Amino acid sequence: MVELTVNGQAYELDAPVERSLAEALRHDLGLTGTKIACDEGHCGACTVQLDGVPVLSCITLVHTVGDREVTTIEGLAEHLLVEAFVEADATQCGFCTPGQIVSASALLEANPHPSGDEIRHAMAGNLCRCGTYPKIERAIHAVAAHGEGD
Amino acid sequence: MARLIKTEKEVEGRYTEQWVVVEEDALEQWPEGPLQTVGRPATRVDGLARARGEARYTQDIRLPGMLHAAVLRSPHARARVKHIDLAPARGVPGVREVIGPDDLEVLTDEPNYEGQAIAAIAADTNSQTRAALDAISIEWELLEPLLDVDQALRQESYVDDPKRYERGDIERGFAEADAIVEAEYRTQSVLHNALETHQSLCEWEGDTLVVYTSTQFLWGVRDEVAGAFSLPKDKVRVICRFMGGGFGAKGSAGDYTLIAAELARRTGRPVHCRLDRREENVNSGNRNPTIQKLRLGARADGTLTAIDAEYQCLLGWDGWLPPTAGPAQMLYACDHVRTLEYAVRLNAPPMDAFRAPGFVEGTFGLECALDELAAKLDLDPLELRRRNHADHDPMDERPFSGKELMECYRRAEPHWERRHEVRARSEAPTWRRRSEGEAALPAHPTSASPWKHGVGIATQLWYGGGGPPSYAWVRLSGDGTATVLTAMQDIGTGTRTAMAQIAAEELGLPIERVTVELGDTAHGPYATVSGGSSTTPSVGPAVRAAAGDVARQVREIAAQRFDLEERVLSLADGKVTSADGGSWPIEEITGLLEDGQILGNGARGPNPAGMRVMTYGIQVAEVAVDIETGEIVVERIYAVHDVGRVINPLGAESQIEGGIIQAIGHSLSEQRLLDPQSGKVLTRTLDAYRLPTIADVPEIVSELIDVPDAHLTNLGSKGLGEPPIVPTAAAIANAIRDATGADVRSLPITREEMLRALREAEERRRAPEQVEAAPA
Repeated sequence: MVELTVNGQAYELDAPVERSLAEALRHDLGLTGTKIACDEGHCGACTVQLDGVPVLSCITLVHTVGDREVTTIEGLAEHLLVEAFVEADATQCGFCTPGQIVSASALLEANPHPSGDEIRHAMAGNLCRCGTYPKIERAIHAVAAHGEGD
Repeated sequence: MARLIKTEKEVEGRYTEQWVVVEEDALEQWPEGPLQTVGRPATRVDGLARARGEARYTQDIRLPGMLHAAVLRSPHARARVKHIDLAPARGVPGVREVIGPDDLEVLTDEPNYEGQAIAAIAADTNSQTRAALDAISIEWELLEPLLDVDQALRQESYVDDPKRYERGDIERGFAEADAIVEAEYRTQSVLHNALETHQSLCEWEGDTLVVYTSTQFLWGVRDEVAGAFSLPKDKVRVICRFMGGGFGAKGSAGDYTLIAAELARRTGRPVHCRLDRREENVNSGNRNPTIQKLRLGARADGTLTAIDAEYQCLLGWDGWLPPTAGPAQMLYACDHVRTLEYAVRLNAPPMDAFRAPGFVEGTFGLECALDELAAKLDLDPLELRRRNHADHDPMDERPFSGKELMECYRRAEPHWERRHEVRARSEAPTWRRRSEGEAALPAHPTSASPWKHGVGIATQLWYGGGGPPSYAWVRLSGDGTATVLTAMQDIGTGTRTAMAQIAAEELGLPIERVTVELGDTAHGPYATVSGGSSTTPSVGPAVRAAAGDVARQVREIAAQRFDLEERVLSLADGKVTSADGGSWPIEEITGLLEDGQILGNGARGPNPAGMRVMTYGIQVAEVAVDIETGEIVVERIYAVHDVGRVINPLGAESQIEGGIIQAIGHSLSEQRLLDPQSGKVLTRTLDAYRLPTIADVPEIVSELIDVPDAHLTNLGSKGLGEPPIVPTAAAIANAIRDATGADVRSLPITREEMLRALREAEERRRAPEQVEAAPA
């Protein structure tokens, strides 16, 4: 039995030892916003946060999560980045988008006003085959600028 | 009255004749320029669903009792199964069905390329299917794979017969030339790598087969599956509401769909068959490599006199010959043209369409050779292209239906002018600037900078006019909200949003009051394949016609209700307005019907008879090259394209950026590597296969001409999915030549290729009498 805290909710699930966090979220908890695109840690589509740190959930075993708080895209539904991604047209097919937003929110948490270079560095692990990259950068800048007046 | 006529239909350069029923009361095109909704930036109607992870893709669908399938694929490029024993797999816990070469057409015991399907398993969990795959016992007889192109040509190993084209007299063309260039260009195999891998989930509901699949063509899958299982076509229902990228490789059912359907039939349970990333990289299609032998001749004033081109297209075991010679045949007015295309069959995974198949490869060779010719004639490359502009289709003298290429050239001028300033950066010692906002990086503080800067251009033409048949239905409810129903796909390009805009415009409704239901063959009429840049130009006019049908009925009803003449009534801003100043919210009319609905039908009309419909554009690339290490940095791309009327400028900009970014990968980093001995794919992961990341993106500046094609449908719109990827590689290669004087002729332009070209240029400088370079 694994105990897991996801987006503030406590879960208990019966998972075999080899179950990845991504599979547990998608199959056991029905949280399909987290996408599996390569299943070997190369593309970033499965990115979730553990205590605010972005990790690749497809190569994280669910049994190793422990008491760290899991945040998935479902937990970020009201995040400013979501609206900013839509406004900037930073989603095309959308399959990578949840992972992009999870990574970007971790970036902004750690660095509320990133430079273009810092964005490109932090987001380089999230592949987008449709090529929304310029719009992703624009969306992150837009949220960073929004926080200016806070 | 409906009228039956024959029209020409084209998808990715393949023309067919098509019967089409034409309605007599076709709508006039809207006036040029931004309207209320059409022509103005619209955020995606499904943007929030996608961004929040709520959009349900094929991969996200779970059905009760669902089994997971896995496929045993050939590890060999050519082999024969001497013996196969499926029994041990059947004994693995959780396994519900195992099928082998005797059970299904797409399973074989004589694979002709790596990854071809041999057997398949359905089990309760994914790990059980993997265990069962390992349990299959198989004995192979290995056969010698055919991998060498020269040997294949000698043996006439073709997928299709060689394709020849000739106009004029090629020898005369070269005799008239003052300068001739001759060179060999090579393009590599690249992989689509959509983030959602190819997959289907199949379930039998009585005698109906329901297929959830990640596809670019619902109806194509329906027909293929119906054929394979001998079912009436409408006993197959195909569903794809959200789709995680295709780029050309998801146009047919694929072995995984047929395997899932068969396993579902045998087990009586839903079966999900999903390619993993490594299968995706081996066996889901690819852009085929080419070897291009080009010879161009021109007079001193730049007039092209001859284009002679041979293309060896290395298709793999199967596929079709993409129109690689298209640019050589159609891009320029040249009287003497000869092309020859070989569809070479090898023991390699089959090609599939990849975003402007053929034209991407053909444009690279042609547009590079053209710049080599410009250098030889000491002519401005942009001027050379202007001088050879084709005013009509040079293949058959047909007029183009709308062509703003000269306007593209005009708008590109200031960006081309930047070359003087960009080249001057090469003179500045020791510093270079990667992109705006980034600190300049010191290179070699003590020596002259190894970074050379240059600018290159390349022109593009491609199809993208779409065609019939495609249909749409629109229903307007009592509350004044409208729903568009059409069984098309939005593969990520934003067509769902474009259709909402078109319907909103015609109905005079805000876009928020329009819903688009797509992606289900049981919930809407036939619509085109999302390929060949055809969705918007094919389905868009049908949606407008259906909305127009509804709008006409609203006017008729309002005229009777308020005792007015129909012709004085119009629909705008959610209201019915009369010329004498009367104005009623649309729901005041529709509300009369309570739960009644106003239903409209629309069909895509024919393409303009006797005209050639194409898309056009030009791109300007700025690059920096480190001549010591061969490193290449693309610093800026300017793109201007003519695709007729633009429906959504925001989505259009995204299409241009996406095409350019894929093209940068194609130009510099992406390459499927095949072991030349075994024929096995070496780049099987997203680690080994190098896709562009956000850090590889240059400044991209784009614009669209946005003039409706006056002859094309009630919209005047063409497709934009493919045009932007077509000219980029040549523009980059030409910029590299401008920066360094080196002719790069092989994609991807790796550091090795760059250094080879630099060495060759250096040797040429030393021995100017040796003009022609050795092939790459």
